[in-house]
Parts: sequence; structure tokens; C-alpha cells
Amino acid sequence: MVFTEEMLASMKKVEAARAENIALEPRRMTADEKDALLAAYHPDYRDEAFTAIRLGPNAGEKVPVELNAVLEGRSRVLDLKVDLERIDYDVDVLVIGGGGAGSSAAIEADAAGAKVMIVTKLRIGDANTMMAEGGIQAADKPGDSPAQHYLDVMGGGHYCNRPELVRKLVSDGPACIQWLNELGVEFDKAPDGTMITTHGGGTSRKRMHAAADYSGAEIMRTLRDEVLNRNIPVVDFTAAIEILKDADGRAAGAVLLNMETGEVRVARAKCVIIATGGAGRMHYQGFPTSNHYGATADGLVLAYRAGAKLLYQDTLQYHPTGVAFPQQIYGALVTEKVRSMGAKLINSEGECFMHPLETRDVAAASIIRECSTRGKGVNTGTGRAVWLDTPMIDAIHGKGTLEKRLPAMLRMYLKFGIDMRETPILVYPTLHYQNGGVEIDDRCRTAVENLYVAGEAAGGVHGRNRLMGNSLLDVIVFGRNAGQQAAAAAKDVAEPKGLNLAHVDAYEAELSRLGVKDAEPSPKLLPDYTRKF
Amino acid sequence: MENMVNVYLFGKKYSVPDNLTIMEAMEYAGYKLVRGVGCRNGFCGACATVYRVKGDRELKAALACSTKVENDMYVATLPFFPLIKEGYDIEKVRPDEQVMMQLYPEIYACVGCNACTKSCSQGLNVMQYIAYAQRGEYAKCAELSFDCVMCGICSSRCPAGISHPQVAMLARRLNGKYLAPESKHLTQRVKEIGEGAFDAELAAMMARPVGELKELYDHRDIEA
Repeated sequence: MVFTEEMLASMKKVEAARAENIALEPRRMTADEKDALLAAYHPDYRDEAFTAIRLGPNAGEKVPVELNAVLEGRSRVLDLKVDLERIDYDVDVLVIGGGGAGSSAAIEADAAGAKVMIVTKLRIGDANTMMAEGGIQAADKPGDSPAQHYLDVMGGGHYCNRPELVRKLVSDGPACIQWLNELGVEFDKAPDGTMITTHGGGTSRKRMHAAADYSGAEIMRTLRDEVLNRNIPVVDFTAAIEILKDADGRAAGAVLLNMETGEVRVARAKCVIIATGGAGRMHYQGFPTSNHYGATADGLVLAYRAGAKLLYQDTLQYHPTGVAFPQQIYGALVTEKVRSMGAKLINSEGECFMHPLETRDVAAASIIRECSTRGKGVNTGTGRAVWLDTPMIDAIHGKGTLEKRLPAMLRMYLKFGIDMRETPILVYPTLHYQNGGVEIDDRCRTAVENLYVAGEAAGGVHGRNRLMGNSLLDVIVFGRNAGQQAAAAAKDVAEPKGLNLAHVDAYEAELSRLGVKDAEPSPKLLPDYTRKF
Repeated sequence: MENMVNVYLFGKKYSVPDNLTIMEAMEYAGYKLVRGVGCRNGFCGACATVYRVKGDRELKAALACSTKVENDMYVATLPFFPLIKEGYDIEKVRPDEQVMMQLYPEIYACVGCNACTKSCSQGLNVMQYIAYAQRGEYAKCAELSFDCVMCGICSSRCPAGISHPQVAMLARRLNGKYLAPESKHLTQRVKEIGEGAFDAELAAMMARPVGELKELYDHRDIEA
């Protein structure tokens, strides 16, 4: 048996209370209750985990200490021989990153007739998009509207979202679902074609479209297939390590580093799109993460050194339900769809302590409270956790539902001997999403001319807390947008002249002035999990 | 104290804690991974791995990120396998039998050995979905192959040289685009948005000061 005695004893209480807990409709918290809970328990509010940025456009603002370390890191080009006279790749649009946003951007730029290339430090599709499980929001049902979606997004983001970005997100949502559908993405549909949609935390309408619990994987593999069909060059296992500028200070390409051989190459481009994704592998505050191996905030570093501004760099999303047990998949994502389908969060005493569909920040804080001051967490060996009562799903919707709608989750646990149809699972918040990022406008432009950012690397769409299903939507809406905008802009850009890295030298000089010495190379590119001897 | 087991990474013996995944065992042994690592959670197919346990003749296949080490496990990773990926225009292909014959004719050379199914890291019935593809039954092929992570282990074992994951990818796209029923509410909504039917409502919402938005949000009705 994989569970400990203590777990089994607590599980008995969960089972005994199950019928009652299924019937219970837990009260939603008031705005004031949520504010107090977040301030007391959400990791974003732990002052000691943050510091002030000392240089660049956001100097003086709050930033996680781990992100600050890479912002103050040593540029990799300083220790490499980079020949800017030798152009290895010459394109209209250079897309950095091969995830959902990068692939969408490349497809649209290609469709617009631009010469486009993707550079990605791992493989195309190695991205958080691939790991998104639960679904993608869009207001396409009667009774719903872009304005209703807008209200949910703003409320969830604590009204800090950039309104023009949210407008773009919600207005383009349905068209993006249609675009994906026409590319062949297999959405869950009823026999008459009606999209099967559910709630996510903080949604007021059931607008979560899904492809079982492989939603992101299904979208990502389809986009990848389309990129390949279009013969868009994908330079894989190659990281962009700095943005290049032209003589007038506009973005004009990137310095590339082969991840395996160390070979340096130069890409010249009329427009550059950063679509490098998130930062879970920075392990802020020591949290485990649900993110991809390559989620190390590279794009933020590149853009910041180039002079772009960050927005909400101090707010991270901790997904309420990361795997807390077994240890082998510690931190892995348990999709919110599990709660959308009726499973409730239960403490060690068998009590349902919150509404399962509060927004993610609130749910995470609530679980942390349960496991800390309230002392109602279950000991997992590595910490405390609460139960997610997954057998409720088949109890509510009928046997076989969980297997059909959550096959990835079921498989993930079965590999370690846990059948989540029969027993509840142990969860605790896991570092999931970078709410902020590089500041963009509704055409994905940054403060640096000809530099665009899309997807998780950008900030402002989600304010200070993202809702479930709005990230997949974000990468499609803004990925496509960036590709269209960059392709259009590139038509009016002459061949870049005078490629240079003067901004990197200036940034380095500023670091020296601040007394930074012997800094780690940055961007980080990959986390370091190798055992040290 | 942790229980240790012996694993043989590419034939070399290492002693590692028995609670690690194969991927973690490699990192414990001192590897710094660039290839053969991706989502680390069973979705991306980057860490295809084959292994044998001493004394057992069967060659097993798994994802290194989601498989625990066993004692006397002989491990080789398969970070890349040369699958055949044929290009096509999704707007021009049709979900008929011809498309498979044109793009992936080798599927008709399947000898029925079932090695693909036996090796699937996701436990899928690979040979059966190829059979559906042969018959042009793309909806069935799509359904049966849906959980494929395209790790390519099946193809590495196939005597007929079939690139099963790419065949299934084509079938799923054909199904999603041409065979699945149209979502009329989606078509309708995209048309309405294009005509500006929601512009005024959205503009009015955007014009509200934060205080009003909060009021609306805190008291909005939530669909049951």
C-alpha cells in the first residue's frame, strides 16, 4: 500500500463524510474575506521573498529574489566569441520560443507572407502549453458574452489587468477557438456539435472548452504539425541568449547558442517576437512547479536588458492543486477541471473547508491556511497537504466519467499505484504561472521598437491573478496577434544595419557600478537538478 | 536511510535511491539533461526510454519522467527517433482513404506483430488505431490514439517502418476539422462579434470605474 497509516486514517474520515460533502454547496467568500486571506497566506505577500530591482526601467520596484538574481546575472555573450558580421540566419520575423504562443505567431506570420523562423532551446512543443490540462475559455455560448468574460477576468485579476489587453483576449476568444477547430483540434463536443463547457475557478459562465484533460497537448501538437506542414524553419536545441539591436536601437535579431555543442550563431530579423513562456523552474520561494523543464524566465531577461519594461513581475500563480503525494510527481499539476467536475477540497478531518471554485490565488491561500495555522493538513512526508476528493466525480456524474474526462490524471496516478476513482488524492499549491511579464500593448509591442512579446512572457492580460483557461486562450490570441503585427510591421522595415550589443555592454556597466561581481550566467536556460559531488 | 537500488544507465552501474523516477536517477547519477527531458510530467513524450530488468527477457518501454527505478534495470533513453512526417495542406486534404495511401502507404504493410501496442508508453492499442487508419475510419483512429504523446517508441519497434504517431496526428486533425460536428453556436458567435454586436456592451463595461466593476463582479450571477 502506498499510503501511510496516518493518510489512511484521515482518508476514512473523508470517505465517511463524502455523501454529506457532495450535497453541500459551500459558501463563497466575500471580497473582504478573500483580501484578508490573501494578505495572510498567499506567497506573493511574503515580504522576505522579494527585493527591489536596482537597475533598468523598473528600478525600485518589487521583484522575487530569484528573478532579481537573473536580472542581475552575467550576460552569456560576454564570455563567448560573437561575430556580428557573420549572419547565419536572415529573416523577417524571428520567433523565440516554440510553445503555443510562438507556434501561433509563426503560423500567422507565415500566412501573412513573412519569412519566419522559430528558435527554441529544446524541441518545438516543449512548453507549458503542452502541459495545460483543463481547458480554454471563450464566450461562445448563448447567455455568455465578451463583456461577461471581461468582468470575470478583471475580477479574478484584482482589477489590475490592462483593459485593452483583456478586451483583445475576450473579443478574439471565440474566433481563436474556431481557428483551432479548423486546424483540426478535437474539442469535446456533444453529438449535435455543441461544445461541452464547464466552469473554472472564478468563472460566472461555463465557458471552459476542453479536449479531455489533454487540452493543451491537443492544441500544441496540432500547432506543431501545422508549423511543420508550412515548412517554417525550426532551429531547435538552440537558445536565444541576447536580443540584437540595429544602429538605431531597434530590435534586429538575436544571438543564439546551441544547447548541446555551444556553437554561437547570429540571427538577423526585421522584427523579433519573444514567446519564451514562464518561470516555474525558477522555484520561487522553494515551491515545486507544474511547469516545463525550460520555464526559466529567459524572455524577461532578454527583453529587460534590451530596455523593455516589466509589469507585475512580483506576482506569481500558485496552482492550488499540485500533487503533494507521491513524491515522484511532487508539484505536478492536478487540473482544476477535477474541481470543475465536482471534486471538493477536504481537510484532514473530512471537512469541506472552502468552495472548490474560488479563484486560484484564493484557493491556494486557503489550502496553505488549512495546512498551517489551522493544523488540518495531512502529513505527506515532505510537508502537509489536503485531500481532493476525486471519487466524488463518478459519484455525481456516474461511473466511467472520470476515466473519460480526466484520462491523463488517472494515468498519472495509476503509474504510481493510486486509483483516484477509488481514493482521494493529496494536493498542495505548486508554482504554476507567471502572472506578469514584459509590458505590451494590444498589438504585442514593447517599449523597444520591433520587439514583440506574446504569451506567458508578457504581462498585463491577467492582472495579478489569472483564471483557469485564460492562458491557453492568451497564447493563441496574443501569439496570433504578435505574428500578424510583426509580419505587417516587417514590410516597412529595411534590412537592419549595424547589428550591435551596446545595450548589453551598458547594462553590464551599470551592474559593475552597483558592485555586482561573479554573477551566475543569465538567462538561466535550464534548471540545475544534477546532484553535486 | 533511503533504500538504494542498482540501475545501469547506458550499461553503466549506479546506485540510486529506490524512490526516484528514471529521470531523477539520471540526475542523481550526475547527468545534466538537455535531451530526453521535457515536461517531466508525462505529456510531451521527450523522455522515451527502453529498459530491461535483469532476469526478465521482455524489453519494456516507458517515459523516464513517470516511471520509478527498479533494481537491476538496464536503461537506454530514446530522445529522438526519426519518424516520417509528411507535409500536407489541411485545407486541401479530405478525410477519405486516399489521403493515408498517399501520405503514409507503409501502414498497409503492417504485419500485425503488435510490437507497437506492447511498447506504448501510454498503454494505447496502437495496432488497432493503425487498423482504423488503414480503413479510413479516422474518428475511431482519433479516439483510440488521443492520449498519444508522440514519444515514438512504437515506431522504433515496428518492422514495417510505420510512423504511428504521425499517422494518428493526421487522423485526429482530419477528425477534428472535417468529421466532428460543427459547433453552430461558435460559428454564430464569431459572426456576431465580427459584426460588432458586442462592441457597445464591452465598451460600456470597460468604461466603468473600478468601484462599479467590483460591485458588478461581487454580485454577478453564476451559472449553475
